[in-house]
Amino acid sequence: MLEILGKTNVDFMGKRRYAFLFSGIMVVLGIIGLIQIARGAANLGIDFAGGTAVQLKFDQAIGIEEARKALETNGLGNAELQEFGQENKLLIRVKASTTIEEKTAEKVVSIFTKEFPGNRFVVESSTEIGPTIGKKLQSDALVAIVISFAGIILYIAARFELRFGVAAALATFHDVLAVLGAFFILDKEITLLVVTALLTLAGYSLTDTVVVFDRIRENLRLRRREHEVTMVNNAINQVLSRTIVTSLTVVLVLIPLTLGGGEVLHDFSLALLWGVIFGTYSSIFVASPLLLLWPGGSGRLLKRA
Amino acid sequence: MKKVRARLLLLLLVLLISIVCFLPSFPHLYLALPTWMKSIVPNKGIALGLDLQGGIHMVLEVDEDRAVEIAVDRSVVAIQDLLVEKKIPAESVKRTSPTRIVIQFQNADLKAQIQKLLDEFPTFTEVDSAGSGNTIAWELRETESKRIKDSAINQALETIRNRIDQFGVAEPLVQRQGLKQIVVQLPGVRDPKRAKDLIKETALLEFKMLDEDNQMKLDLPSRIPKDREAEVLKQAEAKLPEGSQVLFERAVERDTGREYRIPYLVKKRVMLTGDVLSDARVSIGQFNDPYVSITFDAKGGREFERITGENVKKRMAIVLDNTIYSAPVIQERISGGRAQITGTFSTQEANDLAIVLRAGALPAPLKIIQDLTVGPSLGKDSIEKGVRATLIAGAVVIGFMVVYYRLSGVIANFALVLNLICLMGALSALNATLTLPGIAGIVLTIGMGVDSNVLIFERIREELRAGKAVRLAVDGGYDKALLTIVDSHVTTLITGVALFLFGTGPIKGFAVTLCLGIAINLFTALVGTKVIFDIINQRHKVEQLSI
Repeated sequence: MLEILGKTNVDFMGKRRYAFLFSGIMVVLGIIGLIQIARGAANLGIDFAGGTAVQLKFDQAIGIEEARKALETNGLGNAELQEFGQENKLLIRVKASTTIEEKTAEKVVSIFTKEFPGNRFVVESSTEIGPTIGKKLQSDALVAIVISFAGIILYIAARFELRFGVAAALATFHDVLAVLGAFFILDKEITLLVVTALLTLAGYSLTDTVVVFDRIRENLRLRRREHEVTMVNNAINQVLSRTIVTSLTVVLVLIPLTLGGGEVLHDFSLALLWGVIFGTYSSIFVASPLLLLWPGGSGRLLKRA
Repeated sequence: MKKVRARLLLLLLVLLISIVCFLPSFPHLYLALPTWMKSIVPNKGIALGLDLQGGIHMVLEVDEDRAVEIAVDRSVVAIQDLLVEKKIPAESVKRTSPTRIVIQFQNADLKAQIQKLLDEFPTFTEVDSAGSGNTIAWELRETESKRIKDSAINQALETIRNRIDQFGVAEPLVQRQGLKQIVVQLPGVRDPKRAKDLIKETALLEFKMLDEDNQMKLDLPSRIPKDREAEVLKQAEAKLPEGSQVLFERAVERDTGREYRIPYLVKKRVMLTGDVLSDARVSIGQFNDPYVSITFDAKGGREFERITGENVKKRMAIVLDNTIYSAPVIQERISGGRAQITGTFSTQEANDLAIVLRAGALPAPLKIIQDLTVGPSLGKDSIEKGVRATLIAGAVVIGFMVVYYRLSGVIANFALVLNLICLMGALSALNATLTLPGIAGIVLTIGMGVDSNVLIFERIREELRAGKAVRLAVDGGYDKALLTIVDSHVTTLITGVALFLFGTGPIKGFAVTLCLGIAINLFTALVGTKVIFDIINQRHKVEQLSI
């Protein structure tokens, strides 16, 4: 049989200090990102912040600087511009300061018609979102997050012991925060789709954690004598290849989606991709060590088994 | 042994049902079916979301307060009419706040007379006017104001529905959302701007008389450029006679095509509104210029005849949403209940005008609070890219599984294909809407679909390494992986359900594919591949498993 890894015997738990340091940094970044979102200072997508986004596809290439100048001279200096590859696509975003009544989308279209008469374009999409809707979407997203997390903790706690549930939930939080932190550092826009990706990766990262926890639980029953750290290490080593292969298959599908899925799906797939990588890492380096941190010692490991 | 056969049958049944459900999603394939099959097969397939086929998604809000104001304004006119009819010389009737009307008069003796009029307006109550004895204040009842607001949204819903029906969009959705919002979805609309204008236009048609006696005094310019209306209004403000207002006619120079405006002094009193129309059609005049011919209902026709009879040789303005379309001189009494709206418009504009007149006016202006418009080109682009990404992802995973697990990988791939067919079948059966994130959900299902098999195979490998016979190793692998698989699926399902409950539009599409994908996954992984392993084990005494 073809194997990516043979029989491994890595001391994962021995490296948990480095892992905690790294994870700590990512989590702090994520929390900063979260605070910035709450303060409204983060790079929120117009679906949350309200505003207008117009995507144009031109016949000929258009310079982003010229486009910016054209918008500035016509009173839309606060617009953000983004180009898409070689397809002559331009995304113009104007955030909340404007209302829909001002017809920003129409204004953008008329500016480009006037300033670039030789370069014809089509409006590929236009989105206008009033601030009230943005508020509602924000609260809806928050409710979805809270409910799914509560559901997950309850389920894991019911299926395993409470400490497994808490460790799994913390690891999942870690993954979501880490991806959020990465998005924050790279100043990527937090859109509704990105939040969806964060929730999905929460579900997925748990899958990985469950695989590891399952084996730890099984070993707890079979090998009561072993030292706790050894036991967790062994469990991780035993399931290491499946952890890696399952993540690999998902990574394999996400790469084409990220690279070729089009501009709408790019950030979404990217968030998922990072999420899967962080999720795999966290099931080994975050969730499992957290179990060891639980007070009580090895005597109480097998309370209910 | 029988159990294997039963499971195989179940598997084939599910596959068959999925294919049958999926068929209508391919129109040419579906149409080629014999008639007897068409009657069994469902006739609706997967619908494409707006992000894939292009179209408009709008959330509109009815300006309820304005609806109340408009209703109160109507009462003001009615009171004025009544005062004239009863020959009560009141000085003015005005709306002073959204729900309050104040009537002023010179002679305090009139007070009792006017107070008696209140009987005719049961939706108002008299309130203490706290001023001199020469005013009376009426306030709209709270219950009535609530009723107006309620009916405003229903009426708006009805009107928008009518307009869209006449505009002609395949499978539109017009729905109330919450207390005062209306969701409008128009898939595949080619001309989004026109559709939006059509929906948003209040389309309040009014017939008003020009105030020709005072027009001279006001010294209005004969024509102005199109953006100078505010200045003219400001100049005229001081000299404006009571009960009249300045409105503008939109006109275009025939030679240059330049737009300009003609100001008119118009009496505020509404002679007739669009409520009394029974039909509106586009006709073409002698200079090839389109106009809209309108037909009044019986009551409207009589009214119109009376009004025109009383105002021969005077000018009447035809006003739509406070813009004058034309202000013709009434040549004679017009009977027969027909009239024409001429003006400067293209055939399309005339068409749209006829539509909004037929569909009726909105009770109050609408505010667009969300507007997503996707052009058809982007939708096509998205589908192409989505399908390509899916194919690549599928190929990569299938290749990986075969290389890594060999024959067992082939079995897993079979499960994967089964998975996709079932997912498509389920989406079709539910008549679900496929969105771009939904496609991503399908791709994710591919990746996660093989995961269950990876978990099982790794377990089987472990059992084999421990020296167990193939058959026992397979059974043991499935048994031991079962709980892990269930756990991991349920956790993802929980987030999927949360997304479904609180997501909107495209997100919901993603949640649907994710949840269905997970459920089907569980089935194909636990039933699908196991049956094949069992059959292989039954038929041949397998010494070595290709895994």
